[in-house]
This record gives sequence, C-alpha cells and structure tokens, in this order.
Amino acid sequence: MKKNRVVSVVALGAVAAMGLSACGGGTSSSNNNGGGGTTTPGFGAAVGKVFNPSDTKGGTLRFANSGDWDSLDPADTYYGYSWNFIRNYGRGLVVFKSAPGAEGNKLAPDLAEKLGEPSNDAKTWTYKLRKGIKYEDGTEVKSKDVKYAVLRSLDKTTFPNGPTYLGDFLAVPDGYKGPYSDPNVDAITAIETPDDYTIKFNLKTSFSGFDYFMALPSTIPVPQAKDTGTKYKEHVISTGPYKFETNELGKKFVLTRNEHYDPASDPDTGRKPLADKLQVELNVNADDVDNRLQSGDLDISIEGTGVQAAGQAKVLNDQALKAKADNPVNARTWFTVLNSDVAPLDNIDCRKAVLFAADKTAYQRSYGGATGGDIATSLMPPVIPGQKKIDLYEALTKPEGDVDKAKEALTKCGKPDGFNTVISYRAERPKEKATAEAMQQALGRVGIKLEIKPFPLADYTKLYVGKPDYAKANGIGLIIYGWGADWNDGFGFMQQIVDSRVIRAAGGNTNLGIRLPEVDSTIDEALKETDTAKREALWAKTDELVMQNAAALPGVWSKGLLFRPENLTNVFVAEAFGMYDYTAIGTSRK
Amino acid sequence: MPRRIVAASQATTPSTVLTYIVRRLIGAVILLFVVTAVTFSIFFLVPRIAGATSEDLASRYVGKTAGAEQIHEMAQKLGFTDPLYVQYGRFAKGLIVGSEYNTGTAIEQCPAPCLGYSFLKQNPVLPDILGRLPVTISLAAGAALIWVLAGVATGVLSALRRGTIFDRSAMMIALAGVSLPIFFTGMLSLSIFRDGLGWSIGGSFYKPLTEDPLLWFSSLSLPWITLAFLYAAQYARLTRAGMLETMNEDFIRTARAKGLPERTVVVKHGLRSALTPILTIFGLDIGLLLGGAILTETTFSLPGIGQYAVIAVANNDLPQVLGVTLTGAFFIVIANLVVDLMYAVVDPRVRTA
Repeated sequence: MKKNRVVSVVALGAVAAMGLSACGGGTSSSNNNGGGGTTTPGFGAAVGKVFNPSDTKGGTLRFANSGDWDSLDPADTYYGYSWNFIRNYGRGLVVFKSAPGAEGNKLAPDLAEKLGEPSNDAKTWTYKLRKGIKYEDGTEVKSKDVKYAVLRSLDKTTFPNGPTYLGDFLAVPDGYKGPYSDPNVDAITAIETPDDYTIKFNLKTSFSGFDYFMALPSTIPVPQAKDTGTKYKEHVISTGPYKFETNELGKKFVLTRNEHYDPASDPDTGRKPLADKLQVELNVNADDVDNRLQSGDLDISIEGTGVQAAGQAKVLNDQALKAKADNPVNARTWFTVLNSDVAPLDNIDCRKAVLFAADKTAYQRSYGGATGGDIATSLMPPVIPGQKKIDLYEALTKPEGDVDKAKEALTKCGKPDGFNTVISYRAERPKEKATAEAMQQALGRVGIKLEIKPFPLADYTKLYVGKPDYAKANGIGLIIYGWGADWNDGFGFMQQIVDSRVIRAAGGNTNLGIRLPEVDSTIDEALKETDTAKREALWAKTDELVMQNAAALPGVWSKGLLFRPENLTNVFVAEAFGMYDYTAIGTSRK
Repeated sequence: MPRRIVAASQATTPSTVLTYIVRRLIGAVILLFVVTAVTFSIFFLVPRIAGATSEDLASRYVGKTAGAEQIHEMAQKLGFTDPLYVQYGRFAKGLIVGSEYNTGTAIEQCPAPCLGYSFLKQNPVLPDILGRLPVTISLAAGAALIWVLAGVATGVLSALRRGTIFDRSAMMIALAGVSLPIFFTGMLSLSIFRDGLGWSIGGSFYKPLTEDPLLWFSSLSLPWITLAFLYAAQYARLTRAGMLETMNEDFIRTARAKGLPERTVVVKHGLRSALTPILTIFGLDIGLLLGGAILTETTFSLPGIGQYAVIAVANNDLPQVLGVTLTGAFFIVIANLVVDLMYAVVDPRVRTA
C-alpha cells in the first residue's frame, strides 16, 4: 500500500541519517607531527597532550555558540570561552600560554617582554612592552593605549559585564568613573606611562598575583582616538593574529588574518594561527550544535561546556564517537553553601552533621555521574595549582554518607532529633533540582528535614539567596551553587566565594554565607606573599579551613564532555579554560 | 431569493467602504496603545506590586559584582526611580516622536517609533527587530503559501471525495501534522536532509533573498515545509468541514441545476463561501507568525524575531521583551485589520456592519 511505502522510506531515511551521523564527516586527519602528541583517536586523546599535531595552515574554523556573546569588547566580557577566544584578536600584557597540560595553566608575556616586576611590597608592578607590535591598521601599540584600555574598563556603568578586580585594586581616586566621565587620562597616576614602552601599576594594597590581573582582557590595548564607546564591540581594533571581517551582532561574526600581526613578536605564548578564517555563529540551537559537530557541519562548540545531556549517552555508548571525545576536569566546583546566618547552621556541629549525612554519590549522579565530574572532597578543584587533597567528611571512603557520625554531630549541637531548614536551587537547572531532592532524602535519614525552594536563575544571587537579609528572613540554610575560577589560581577561584568581606547587603553576592575570620586573615597573608609556592599553600589552607569549619558541602569537581570532529588539527585542552585552546587549533578541511 | 441581494438602503458605495476602513484603522491605533499600556504595566508595574524596588529592576543591567552605588546609579540612568506614569509617558513619547539615550559615551538617538533601548546589549531595540524581520517574513510568507495551497486543496478534495481512501489518508496525515511537535519534525528533518544528505538547510546557511536567492530558498525550504505541515493540517480540516456544509446548500444545487461546470460550482460558489473562517484563522496565524515563529526559528537556528524573543526572555532583557511583544501585537492587529477588510471583498454583507 502507498501509505506503508511512505512510512518505510521515512524510517529508512531516519536510520540512514543516524548511521551517517555516527560515521561523522570531514576529511582524513593530518599525519603531520607538529611537535609531540598523538594522531590515534581515543577518549581523552586531547587531554594533557596535542591530538593530531599539525603546522598546516588554511581553511575556515567553524564555531557555534548556543547563546550570544556578552560582548566582544575586551572591557566588557566575562565568559571563559570569550577570554579563551579573545586571544585571537587581542594581545594583553600577559596571557595564558597555549600549551597542553599544566603548561597551559602558566602565564606568558604577550605585549610585555616578560612578566611583571613587583616592588618589594608588591604594591607597584612594572611591565616593559615589546616594540613594534601593531594594530590591524599598522599603527604601533604604545603603553598609553594599555593605560587607556584599563581605565575605560573601570567604567562599570558603560561596561557592566567585565570583572571588577582592577577597579578594586588600582589606586584610582575614589569615585573614579572612567575616561568618558573624566577625559583627563594623564591625571590618573594609578597607572603611569613614563615612556611609550613602559607601564607601571600602583595598587591600593599589596597583591602578589597581579600578573593574573594582567591576563584579563582589560589590558588589550585600545587606541583612545578610535574608541567608539559602546559601539566599539562592533569592530574591535585587533592586535592579534586575526581581525574582524564582518560582525552581525547577535548572529555571526567572521575573522580573517591580520596582516600586521608578526609571529616573531610573539615568541612566548604558543599561539599558532593555523586557520585562514574563524567563523562564529551565535544563537544556534544547542542540541543542533551537537548534531552538526557529529555530522561534520561544525568544528567547535565554542562555549566549551560540552555535549548536551541528550547527546552524552549517544557519544559515550558509541565507541567510534567516544574516541573523538575528551572529558577534562575544569576549574569549577558544584557545591552547597551552609549559611551560617541561619540557625542552627550557625553551630559548627550542626553543619558537620549535614556534611556527614550528605550522599556524595547521589550528588555526583545529579551532575551526570563520573562523566559530569569527580566527587569533590573540598571546594578547590584539582586544576588549581597548590590544591591539597583533603577529605574530612569521608566523601571518598563513605560516599553514601555516614549516618552514625552525622547523628553524633547532631547530638553535640543540641539537635539529636534533627532540625528543619530550607534548601534553595536555581529553577532552570534540572541538575540542581536533582541535587536538592537527593539531599532531602539523604539528610532526612538523620532527621534533618529540608524544604526545597526554587528561585529564578537570573535573580538567584541578586534578589534572593545572594541577599543576606532575604536568605536569613526566609530561613535558607542550604544554598545550592557552583563556581568556576576566573583564572586558575587560589585567588581566582577562592576569594570571591569564601572571603566574608565581599558580602554586600545589596545582594548580587558570590559568597553566599561563608564568614570565617581565620579564612579572611589567611587570604590577607596570601595577597602579600610573593613566593608562588608559599602563596599556593596559603590558598590551600583557606580551602582546608572552610572544610574544617564545615562551611560548605563540596559536591562535584566538574568535568565537561567535549567532542572533536575528525577534521580538527592540533587540538588540546587548555587547562586554564577547561576547554579546547582556540588559539592553536586548525582544520584539515579546506 | 439568493442571499447575496442587499437592501437598497444598505447599498455599498465608495464612501461606505472608506468609512469602514477609517473606523477600523482608528480602532487599530487605539488598540495598539492599549496594548502598549498593558504590556508596559506587566513588565514595570507588576514587579513593583510584587515588592521589587528600582534597584532590584536595575540590578539586571549591571555586572555580577556591581555594588549598591553602581546599582543605584543604573536605576537613575534607566529612569526607574521616576514615577511609573512618567516612565510610561517617556516610553509612549518615544513611540510617537522618538527618544534619546545617554549611553555614557554618547547620546544615542532612537527615532520613532522607538521601542526602547536595551541596556544589556546597548542597542536600540527596533533596529534589531527590523534587522531580523526579513527572516521572519520570509519564513512566514513561504510557509503560508504552502500551507494555504496544500491545506485548502486537500480540504476541498477530501470534501468532494468524502469517505474515500484519499479522504481518510489526508485526514490522518493532517492529524499527524497537528500532533507532532515542530521541534521533533524539525530536528528529524535536519538529521535526514542536512546532516545525512548534506543539503544546505537551516539558519547557518541563511542568506537574504537579495544576496543569494538560491541559498535563501534552500536554507528556508525545510523550515517552510515543517511549519506548513503543522498549519496545513488545520486548514485542510477546516476547509473540508466548511466545504461539506456549503456543498449541501440549496444554492449549490441551483448552480448545478443551471448547468454550470462542476469546477465553477466548487471554486466560485462552494469554496468562496467556505473561505470566511479560513480567512479569519489565516489572519490570526500570519499575525502570530510575524511576531516570531519561536519554535521553528529556534529549531532551525534562524535569526528571526522568534529567536530574538527567546534571547530576550533568557537574558531577562525587559526592553527587548517589551519590544518583541509590541511588535507581535502590532502584526496581529494589522493582520486582523487586513482580514476584516478582505471580508468586505469576499462578503459584501459585512461592509456596512
């Protein structure tokens, strides 16, 4: 019958499509060994080493973003993928090195000849610029361009999205709002430019990790005469290997080679601009991104957060697809804050009861099992240099929780029958909902009764749990959250979530309830410590203090499941960003 | 007596038609302003009733580490500290004569009709919407052509061949079209045709008609068919029902008795009468689609108004959401106005109603 024939053809077509997409697309991989690495596909082949190393240039790299960029303007961007990608069109004073493994966590001088020279008290930092680095229009980069770029980034009214570290630490006048309000840039002595190639930063307080600030996109130079303010994002003047060819905001942008970029001026960063063009599509259906990656229609999912939940099972269960996947740890921890503002969680033993009773395996299951991440034993993830392994609450030895020890702790805190409190999560996050339900079940075993309350993601920290008065008034004792490092060091990960002095009554807090004076004083020590190893040890100590005080329940050290199509060359995971490095990757597809 | 003879006192004159048109236009303008007031209230009054302060609203426009002072400054800059009627007045004024916004680095003009300024994206809203409108119009127009032709033709044939295998098959396919969600049919068809067969389909291949007509056509072909499949079903069923009712009328029997060709009987007499409900629903459908075919554009990653609406909601960007809502309302009002005017062409009785 005609109807049956139509059904058969459609079904056959569907099966054929599945088979074709499983085979993937693209041309055969290059065997050109560009300096170490492997060409043998395998799960994790691009973690810690270069997969398909190559020096072959050419082709167009096709990126897709399931959302929109926050901003292409270096002063106004905060996404990790943006900081990764921006190195293609901007050179800051210092940059994370493009290299696999631990090397990729290190800073390398970019515009600067070398890393910063601190004064004895680490309150002044001096950098010398390389001579002859040019913008895309052929004009030379000068130190005053870097000064201007940094100062404009302090204008948080015009550029609200970018980080505020520089504004917090630079010794700018109180109430300084940036050069659009106060055009006399020369009068700002927090940044000095004694000559065209020297720049000096004067800080309010000592800060030993200042080089990390210089890796922020804010130091990418902006010529003041060509600054178009809020319109600058439409065409950023490039200093990197690529420049903007087209930019349709919210839709797509394309970069082509910047003929004024001189690789000889870039000996330290490891950049390898292999492709001739970089094409980035925005607002692409997230599930479609995964399908297109697997069919060879796309090269990279630029957000670097990995395959969607729907596609994960397919990739992991198909050996051919799995061999094209990587599962790197990233510098993000999913955890639950124990709000010491809300009784009885102001008592350390009650908090310990929560940590002992929690089912850490269920927490991990909520985030996708072992693929989603490793069971966390402390807040600081392993990729942060200096991280110390501590497991005070048997997360690895009794991951399902220790009911006996939890009950002991409850007795000590005067609540032998348990207590009631509220657990919050972000309504749009199914993994957090699953976590809340798992916690409700696990803690219920010892009499801790949780009332689950979802809140809208967009206002979670601004209006609800991040507003101390609101959280206290509504008895929100457990706050499900997550945090990714702004950069991979102790300050970049820990400071914003454990330093009690960042807590503001107005809301929008990143520290949702950890108030430990000993942590604050350790942070102060770390900020002044110029010896790297000692500084790392101090940050590890803050992690340990948080756990000793049971201020947070670590859940999962996050991992992403990245997919690399066959045609990608020179692929490796950049540890600094937890995703593929976007400045050294190429394509064999012409 | 045939139903179409009109009383002498109600004879249609050009002035009657003009009065009708003018009345409907005035009504449309008033309705649009009511929509702006209601929409503005939803986004700016309701949060206040729920206890939100100016700073709470402004906090959406500042970075994640903004302090209280910065939030307050933003609230002042965006005018949230002004009384609500002042804010609405400013917005309404922008619609009529335009507005200007201090971006901090320049004064940005927002010509009329100014649908607001997105401080998250730092762009006026209307140019963004206009930039995406051709995609949505292309999608809606192409799909509409297919679903009307296919749906009406199928409905007519089904009605004329009632109870046959064709009738039953057509109605079953129509049921599938109505039942299957578009993100399912869309993703399946992308998997088969784009990923499997390598066809240039979907948003990543889209080019404007004026730039590359072939790529415009191929990139939209599957979205058209997928969207039309959903609507054609409804039109087929409606047309069939309307035709079945009409073809049993006395005047149809009279037309046949007069010896008119069957095609004339069906098309000129039967279908014309059955068209009125089709027209109504068509106006609504087109109006809604022009406001953004959200699911289709999201599934195929087409950069139209529907995708813009999703982005606006996801980002909690109130001016963008407000702009999209007003755009959608505008198209629905206009589409209904056009439909009402077309009634006057199709059925003279409504011209003096």
